[in-house]
Amino acid sequence: MELSAWIQLMIGIPLVGFIVSILVPENQEKILSRVAFYTAGLNLLSVLVFLVFWALAGFEALNLKEFVLYKTEHFEFLVDFFFDRVGAVFVVIGAMLTFLITFYSRYYLHRESGYKRFFNTVLFFYLGFNITVLAGNFETLFIGWEILGLSSFLLVAFYRENYLPTRNAIKVFSIYRIGDVGLILAMWASHHLWHENITFLKLNNAELVSEHLAGHSGIGMFIALMLLLAAAAKSAQFPFSSWLPRAMEGPTPSSAIFYGSLSVHLGVFLLMRTFPFWENQLFVRILIGLMGLVTAIVSTMIARVQTSVKTQIGYASLTQIGIMFIEVAAGLEALALIHFAGNAFLRTYQLLVSPSVVSYLIREQFYGFVPKSKVQKSGFINRLTTSFYVWSLKEWNLDRFINQVVFRPLKTLGHKMDFLTYKSVLLYFVPSYLIGLTLLLIGYNLPPQIHSWLPLVFAFIALLMVLKSFTERKSARLSWTMLLMNHFWMVLAIAENENFSGEEIAMYLSGVIFFGISGLVVISWMKNNIGQSGLFEYHGYIRRFPFLGFLFLLSTLGLMGFPLSPTFIGEDLLFSHIHEDQYVLAFFAALAFVMEGIAAVRIFSRLFLGNKRQEPEVTLGDSLSARFNLNGTYSEVFKKSTFKNSI
Amino acid sequence: MKHHTKRHAFGVEETLHELKHFLPAQAPLKDFVHHNTLHAFQNLPFHQALKQAKTQVGYKGYLPLESYRNLYRDGKIKGVILKNVLEDHFGKAEANHWVVKLLDQKYQETQDSKVGSLRAHWKTDYHFNLDKVVHPFLFRILSAYLDQGISIWSFPVEATGFLEAIKGLQAQSFSSILKGKRALDLLYNPALTLEMLLEILVGNPDTYGWYLFDQQFAHPGWSGMVSVLESQPESLLDSKSICLEDVIKFECLLEIDALDQKFQENWNPIGHRFPYKTDELFENSPFEELDLVLQCWQEAYEWSYYDEVLAGISSVGGIPKSPDAPSFQALFCIDDRECSTRRHLEYIDPECATFGTPGFFNVEFYFQPEFGKFHTKSCPAPVTPKYLIKESANHKKLAKDAHFHQNSHSLLRGWVSAQTLGFWSAVKLVGNILKPSSSALEVSSFKHMDPKGTLTIEYQGLEEGGLQVGFKVEEMADRVEGLLRSIGLLEKFSPLVYLIGHGASSINNTHYAGYDCGACCGRPGSVNARVAAAMANHPKVREILGLRGIEIPEFTQFLGGLHDTTKDEIEYYDVDLLSPENLALHLENKPKFSQALDFNALERSRRFDTLKKNKPLRGIHEAVKKRAFSLFEPRPEYNHATNALCIVSRKSTIKGLFFDRRAFLNSYDYRKDPEGKALAKILGAAAPVCGGINLEYYFSRMDPDKLGAGTKLPHNVMGLIGVANGADGDLRTGLPYQMVEIHDPIRLLMIVEQYPEVVMNVIRANPATYEWIKNYWVHFVVIDPSTKTFLRFKDEGFVNYIPESHIEHLDHLKDKLMSTKENLPVYLIDSL
Repeated sequence: MELSAWIQLMIGIPLVGFIVSILVPENQEKILSRVAFYTAGLNLLSVLVFLVFWALAGFEALNLKEFVLYKTEHFEFLVDFFFDRVGAVFVVIGAMLTFLITFYSRYYLHRESGYKRFFNTVLFFYLGFNITVLAGNFETLFIGWEILGLSSFLLVAFYRENYLPTRNAIKVFSIYRIGDVGLILAMWASHHLWHENITFLKLNNAELVSEHLAGHSGIGMFIALMLLLAAAAKSAQFPFSSWLPRAMEGPTPSSAIFYGSLSVHLGVFLLMRTFPFWENQLFVRILIGLMGLVTAIVSTMIARVQTSVKTQIGYASLTQIGIMFIEVAAGLEALALIHFAGNAFLRTYQLLVSPSVVSYLIREQFYGFVPKSKVQKSGFINRLTTSFYVWSLKEWNLDRFINQVVFRPLKTLGHKMDFLTYKSVLLYFVPSYLIGLTLLLIGYNLPPQIHSWLPLVFAFIALLMVLKSFTERKSARLSWTMLLMNHFWMVLAIAENENFSGEEIAMYLSGVIFFGISGLVVISWMKNNIGQSGLFEYHGYIRRFPFLGFLFLLSTLGLMGFPLSPTFIGEDLLFSHIHEDQYVLAFFAALAFVMEGIAAVRIFSRLFLGNKRQEPEVTLGDSLSARFNLNGTYSEVFKKSTFKNSI
Repeated sequence: MKHHTKRHAFGVEETLHELKHFLPAQAPLKDFVHHNTLHAFQNLPFHQALKQAKTQVGYKGYLPLESYRNLYRDGKIKGVILKNVLEDHFGKAEANHWVVKLLDQKYQETQDSKVGSLRAHWKTDYHFNLDKVVHPFLFRILSAYLDQGISIWSFPVEATGFLEAIKGLQAQSFSSILKGKRALDLLYNPALTLEMLLEILVGNPDTYGWYLFDQQFAHPGWSGMVSVLESQPESLLDSKSICLEDVIKFECLLEIDALDQKFQENWNPIGHRFPYKTDELFENSPFEELDLVLQCWQEAYEWSYYDEVLAGISSVGGIPKSPDAPSFQALFCIDDRECSTRRHLEYIDPECATFGTPGFFNVEFYFQPEFGKFHTKSCPAPVTPKYLIKESANHKKLAKDAHFHQNSHSLLRGWVSAQTLGFWSAVKLVGNILKPSSSALEVSSFKHMDPKGTLTIEYQGLEEGGLQVGFKVEEMADRVEGLLRSIGLLEKFSPLVYLIGHGASSINNTHYAGYDCGACCGRPGSVNARVAAAMANHPKVREILGLRGIEIPEFTQFLGGLHDTTKDEIEYYDVDLLSPENLALHLENKPKFSQALDFNALERSRRFDTLKKNKPLRGIHEAVKKRAFSLFEPRPEYNHATNALCIVSRKSTIKGLFFDRRAFLNSYDYRKDPEGKALAKILGAAAPVCGGINLEYYFSRMDPDKLGAGTKLPHNVMGLIGVANGADGDLRTGLPYQMVEIHDPIRLLMIVEQYPEVVMNVIRANPATYEWIKNYWVHFVVIDPSTKTFLRFKDEGFVNYIPESHIEHLDHLKDKLMSTKENLPVYLIDSL
């Protein structure tokens, strides 16, 4: 058997485990934890066995062309896997930590509401992690990347009926999504650079890279910078650092595995994976090094003033990741890999034992307390240290910075559309869209100068729709409709740009229409049956309507082009029709794609999460038996999924 | 402005005073002591207090209505008891009518609490989420100021108070704490008063009080912590001075600043637009039908169990007492966890005698271990000792764990740590997960005191910090006499009398202090047991006791020990001082204790879901022990969960009854205390201690969101003083849900065996105790020794109570024990 075929096992085991865990009923704690435990364990075992064979074969980089998901004349969506030293380290560490965490959580989460949800999400995360680190090209990596983003959202919002976890989950998701812009644009540009789906194996070929980059240094730089953006957001580098401590809202083991160890190191992975590509771009290397340096310095200062254990560990971990960026930039791959492994274990362990810090440090203090002697410093130095203290306490205002630079302008733009209502949208945009569409279909002659502007104008309208949806508060229905319309306008824009075949359009829109309508049905149902449609606050309907919530989550995912709806491939297709020199159009499209995700998740969160609704109360377990008492008579689905959901 | 004589405007001063009374009174984690969570309402009768707490602050004091109905359907609330409760309240004629309401009537349960409603207008009418802007920074800076050792850079300004510190920070830093000029000017105004700030924020003096309540109850955890630290600053080892008023002032400044930034100083004070009246906040809320329904359900729930207990006591037959002294005597703590230990011990050696008494063994002192820089209180929390016991030991090494060292948080040393320590942590993690064992991280009760060290028990003329080091002989005799008289052990001394304190062991447990002995102020009782034993062995003390009528034979020796309730192990102290005969006896007794502990672990294991039961006795005990040092085990033991009873009687009165570890047992012999002097002492301690434990469990279970700490899994330690959810959350007070999940929320039933007149005199003489009983924060029943009938406390008098239940008789407890994880009824048992 060919060695590369083994890679399938490393994806297949988590996939099967994830699917099985979904099928296990909620109250079967033992089976659920076993599934997770054996999935991680089996995978760890298979990886270790594989490593032996791999070593015998001389540590040769492997590529596995899995299958072509979609193909047209000029476009191919290829799922491809790749295994080398970097992937090996990440896969092994990932398998070990997931294995330990599933074992740990099996007892730790006992009797916790959402036991099943936890293991589902962890396995989903693990699947995404493996896809990402084993991906052989950008498209495949992006699938994993999206899964990681979603599972992070779900785990931060694990206590989904509480306000802060929900809010912070949206925050984490939003920053991740900013990183996605980088990845999408990098994919788009590399399509144009290579005229194919470049595999990471080919990227390792230095001659090939330098040959292609010759004469295209601009686009080369662009790709590198976009990759850096994606890596920085995922690894919470400066200036994106503030999401990391806020992600520590879930149960301790999930914080440990995600934000202490695996997820947060993936930016480092992306850089190592694409290293051959930017190896010879000195500017990029300096930039990466600087970013790492600033992150390391700033976050070590923030870590020093933290008074909560978990945020301190988070920032301390970040400091090391900053240094890893420097190491990667300097080309010290082996060192960075060792550093990653050590840091991942260290932070996981520190987070897991973090509750012990109270008794431990108090004991140390009890036996070894020395009152602090105030060292008299000169006025200026004193002033400087105090300032650094205050700045660090304020986390160097990074949170506000991102808000003001990224989200505030977008919101302002969105608010410009405040005159719109559900009806006026139908009134203005549907007819104008139809006119645009008819004109396109019947063929017409516009002066080329005007025509060349059309895609841009339409894409901007699409973007405005998304932004309006993002800022809409009065009506969930309007917000959702705008998201739907965005896709249509975007298709129109691209169709004006280049010949976008009917088949391709169908590919793109089928997902949008299907999931758009299903979401609309859910919203309308809620509006009609419980009079609920505003987005002013978090409503937390998940406990009352868990099944509906799940449906809506699926719709949300489908609409935002999660790898579950054909729109995911459609997005990629759509970008392939944007020309190499159309940076603005690409930027609009990417921004619309990103904000679409944020807006959609926001609607979902506001409707279903973040609030502990009083109405139907589930009694707290009066004994240890797996028995539950419910108020009133709801469906069986409700009973199952609300079991022990009282906390 | 005073229109009515009744109405009075709440001044700021008065509001502050009220606030401190109402805010949660939970000390920093290391000093965690159980108390009545709703202490602010204790002046009201129980059910009225719950109603008041609900309308005023939104606390839930009952189960949801539907839960009671389900309990009834499951037979946990008994029909006959429900009928009795209803007839008692409404008379026979009306009772039927109420049964229908209790079982079928639909009620609207939604009612918003008063506190919080005023400040809600910031969001609804000003469209400004003030809390979102102010809270995170306020918490951060408060936590930074109070931090006990998590941060590496400590708070840079030394000051006499919180607001002074803020001023210092503002003055010395390039980065401003407040943004707007108005707020900054106010901060620097030397004559700044809270009224000035409230005038800007609220505008209307009538509303000030309400606003402050709203504001502080938006983060009761931090405010409560500040208020506790203001009144007991010694709780912080690294002392910081702070007062609630300063914090409120700073919060008002932050709010003014945030509003100024948002609306440019031209916003209308909230009290102008919404003139809430502060006195309405404290108005009594009228009882509604639903309240009565819930009250009746709760009472029926409680009496369904109490009735069994009383029926059990009445079915205990007289056991012929042997005239000889018991094989050995053992004094345990009153703690409900010792209830089963004593039972097992008595079945293993039927000739022995056990006693229950508060686990500080009537010796109150501060304890300072060798190398300790501080001393800790070792007696019930309300007592303030005048004595210090110091330990001297040769060698006591603190176990260390480099993972907690701050090195790993810095830049370069962190870099080294990650590549070295990082791999070591992988090994440790695998080790602990696959094979949990003792480590530096655990809290172990046996490590509280060095058994090989010596204690300064006798006074040698030394004083330290206003405390007398050691006790004088006379003082020792007083304490030993008090101990023996309270439990009625005045004659027939065995050769060996054990004094067994208790403590707990756990790991990854922020609430560890709540697991140790409550009578020792949340510490293990080892020192007390050892000190009390040494006192009782002192020849001069024996002499004095002899003069006072307590003859302890010369061959009798007292032996201290500590029971680790998590691991179920006992450690004995000063065994080398035993006479050879007694040593031989002790060696005979030791296996009996270990056997009892094996059984005890077995009995506890039935509650542990994740523990495999198909093992031999020893194996189960080993598995139970492992819970004490498994990182992933959020429930090392269930602590006081399911507690429901406090029985003050002779052992013979309850001999053979199975209480399922739900009873605090205090030995008391009414025949030896005709005037009730000892009883007064017992009740003075038992009501607040046992009642406090019971109510903390009750409320944490009833309202895990507001009165409990919620699930402990996402808890994040803040400044070593408290836990919060996530990074920006408020401190959580009360007990984590994992501690109370199996607790049936019922009040404590105190049962006292003594003549009712004596009891009535005793409880009325102590107003603090009487408040607990009079307002029904505990139920109270007297066993009249002359008639063996029960008298229940009601409306400041006693009424007869005749139990309805029948008690099952079991030959072997073991057959029944492992059949279910749930609470078991009261049984009369013959053997293990």
